[in-house]
Amino acid sequence: MIDSKIPEGPLADKWNNYKAKAKLVNPANRKKLNVIVVGTGLAGASCAASLAEQGYNIQSFCFQDSARRAHSVAAQGGVNAAKNYKNDGDSTFRMFYDTIKGGDFRSREANVYRLAECSAHLIDHAVAQGVPFAREYAGYLNNRSFGGVQVSRTFYARGQTGQQLLLGAYQGLLRQVSLGKVTMHTRHEMLELVIIDGKAKGIIARNLETGALERHVADAVVLASGGYGKVYYLSTLAMGCNSSAIWRAHKKGAYMAGVSWIQFHPTSLPQHGANQSKLTLMSESLRNDGRIWVPKKAEDARNPNTIPEEERDYYLERRYPSFGNLAPRDISSRAAKERIDAGHGVGPMKNAIYLDFSDAIKAQGKNTIEAKYSNLFAMYEKITGINAYKEPMLISPAAHFTMGGLWVDYELMTSIPGLFALGEANFADHGANRLGANSLLQACVDGYFIAPYTIPNYLAGELNAPKATIDHPAFKEAEKSVRAQLDRFLNSKGTLSTDHFHKKIGRLLYEKCGLSRSKEKLEEAIEDIKALKASFEKDLLITGDDTLNSELEKAGRIADYIELAELMCYDALQREESCGAHFREEYQTPDGEAVRNDDDFCYVSAWEWKGEAKPPELHKEPLVFESVELAVRSYK
Amino acid sequence: MKLSLKIWRQSDTSDKGKMTDYEIDEVSEHMSFLEMLDLLNESLIQKKERVIEFDHDCREGICGQCGVMINGRAHGPLKNTTTCQLHMRSFKDGDTIYIEPFRAKAFPVLRDLKIDRSAFDTIIASGGFIGASTGQAPEANSIPISYETAEASFDAAACIGCGACVATCKNASAALFTGAKITHLALLPQGQIEASKRVLSMVSQMDAEGFGNCSDTRACEIECPQGISILSIAKMNAEYTKALIFKK
Repeated sequence: MIDSKIPEGPLADKWNNYKAKAKLVNPANRKKLNVIVVGTGLAGASCAASLAEQGYNIQSFCFQDSARRAHSVAAQGGVNAAKNYKNDGDSTFRMFYDTIKGGDFRSREANVYRLAECSAHLIDHAVAQGVPFAREYAGYLNNRSFGGVQVSRTFYARGQTGQQLLLGAYQGLLRQVSLGKVTMHTRHEMLELVIIDGKAKGIIARNLETGALERHVADAVVLASGGYGKVYYLSTLAMGCNSSAIWRAHKKGAYMAGVSWIQFHPTSLPQHGANQSKLTLMSESLRNDGRIWVPKKAEDARNPNTIPEEERDYYLERRYPSFGNLAPRDISSRAAKERIDAGHGVGPMKNAIYLDFSDAIKAQGKNTIEAKYSNLFAMYEKITGINAYKEPMLISPAAHFTMGGLWVDYELMTSIPGLFALGEANFADHGANRLGANSLLQACVDGYFIAPYTIPNYLAGELNAPKATIDHPAFKEAEKSVRAQLDRFLNSKGTLSTDHFHKKIGRLLYEKCGLSRSKEKLEEAIEDIKALKASFEKDLLITGDDTLNSELEKAGRIADYIELAELMCYDALQREESCGAHFREEYQTPDGEAVRNDDDFCYVSAWEWKGEAKPPELHKEPLVFESVELAVRSYK
Repeated sequence: MKLSLKIWRQSDTSDKGKMTDYEIDEVSEHMSFLEMLDLLNESLIQKKERVIEFDHDCREGICGQCGVMINGRAHGPLKNTTTCQLHMRSFKDGDTIYIEPFRAKAFPVLRDLKIDRSAFDTIIASGGFIGASTGQAPEANSIPISYETAEASFDAAACIGCGACVATCKNASAALFTGAKITHLALLPQGQIEASKRVLSMVSQMDAEGFGNCSDTRACEIECPQGISILSIAKMNAEYTKALIFKK
């Protein structure tokens, strides 16, 4: 039975009610309690630092060489907060409503309201840390607008908002390292969760420098290990982003929710060739000034600057006049795919659309555009060799943010007691689609303002519980299974590299569980994935040994991706409606808009692992809307 | 295009290491430098050889994890560009390319092109932060900061900690990295109270990690992918002097 533990009371009072009643741990007792935090992005670093400030002992893990490299670093555009600094009608409720609607009414009201409520305080905290947000000449904070909303509530630090927020969190974390409250384990990857008496009590981590398997014990485990969009191989995520931490927790009993809700970001650079390793994101903020279009004539190969105005189709402005180029990501991505599939795609591979700044440059001057976006234009030129001040950018949708992840209750605890999931690793808050500039927000709010209440509430009950040790048979068993898997990879006598399998699973998902899905394609995909899994088991080749070996690291991640991909297809197949990022071809209006089915699918799909070669079991968490009316999501 | 590669191979920190020759064909000008290395590694796997280890993650020029010496230059021939954002259109058919790890006593080689940059974290942990704990921040607009100051602070905060400044410096000095953090925080009103403690502690930690002194040759500024100005080092020196003078 799923219990989301939503507190009593009116929406606006729920979080305060929770905080007022949450159990506390006496400061003198906090040093007796240990917490493992996996991941050092915005959610992980902020959670580790916040709990350490309170006096708990923290073990922090990341697979990068430094906590500062977590992929939060790459988020560019901004972070939302309902400050109403622009006096343009923003409020906590409006932000809550935009987010609920943006997520296509597939998220929990209470969680989303809390997100909006805590947003203002995040800006205060980040400013106090020294995050150099954009300022007006008078010294006050500046902000701008993002997709899916009609107010300016996005705070930004040029095109590096994620990096600057992460540096703030990382510096806060290292401050606790220097105070001895956090022990950092860089270049360590969590490979198994350890459960003792039904509670999360530790992890098995592999030291990526030496290959040694290590046992780490704690009173609670926090997974803040990010999203799994890299399952598509070509995605906007960092190369190392993976699903292993959450997937291994899933196989130990934690439910996975909304796994097929994968956002395709509309403004990525298009794929240009077969050996490409990733797609680079251009910030959504560019859509504030850039106009999106394709040639009206299919297969039009003329230079874009020579195509006259009347032969251009500004399809977002045409289809969604009230939001125009700032239509939400799922709508914009799908509209781009529709035009590309109809033969209007541009660029060498005909897989792109134009993002054009010529009107903005004419109206505001090149200097103004430069001041806003120069680093993005410079990055674009580095990658493509094209000067976007002179001709339109080529952009295309790409796999980006995962709204799915470990199922968590209002306390951010998974279905395993003592195991928490924060940030992109959990499924919460975004529903079936994430609005721009809400990911940095959710990650930070989870770590800075929510976990510091809910984790102690759990820990208070652990104070007098028997202390687990690394000599417990559960640790031995977990280590043994990790060792067995690593040995299997090293002894596999195949001929194919890890990248071969990663590219295969990615291509398969793009085709059959990507921007649009259908029953037929998803059923095929499940069979294809089974075949790929069998091939992976016998055809893999890992060179090198069990010391520092990036191929061996990748093998474990690919094994997890293959299983995760199968669950994604089950989830997409089961959800017979179109909502947010999930577009089932069978459920659309004659003009191609998504058709949601609230009568039958207004719930979160939480999946339970039932063992190898067994279909997963579905649990439904009904979504109850008390403060908003379910409405057809229109941006017209 | 076809290229000859001379790549540093070293099995671990204690190994002496050596340059090894590789030939690679079918490199497209649109590939990034790291994608070219991926292609080479794929061919090594086919020959059942161990891959070349190199650090990288975001491949968007922002995580700071990639970085090698390419023909003797940190991150290769282009200005303000990380290795992951360097594309093969910067090379031509038949070129020979030398690829080596960033070298410094404080950056031991772990394997091949992978190095240990944890000394940078230690410098930050010694004081590279503002001591703000969660939950006590005042309203953000109660700390006005002029547009110019916020921008100047941002210019320094843009450092990605890749280590190119150290690798290119004849003294393996970390002055640009440390100076950038000092400048970022020293310009802001929030960091003022801790400013002197911060600079004294970070400079002392930088020395303890085994980085050399700055002798103002400006190589770091030239190779910095984020265009961090050497004025950051001047700012650090000024803050350091100020801290010493007013030290109680």
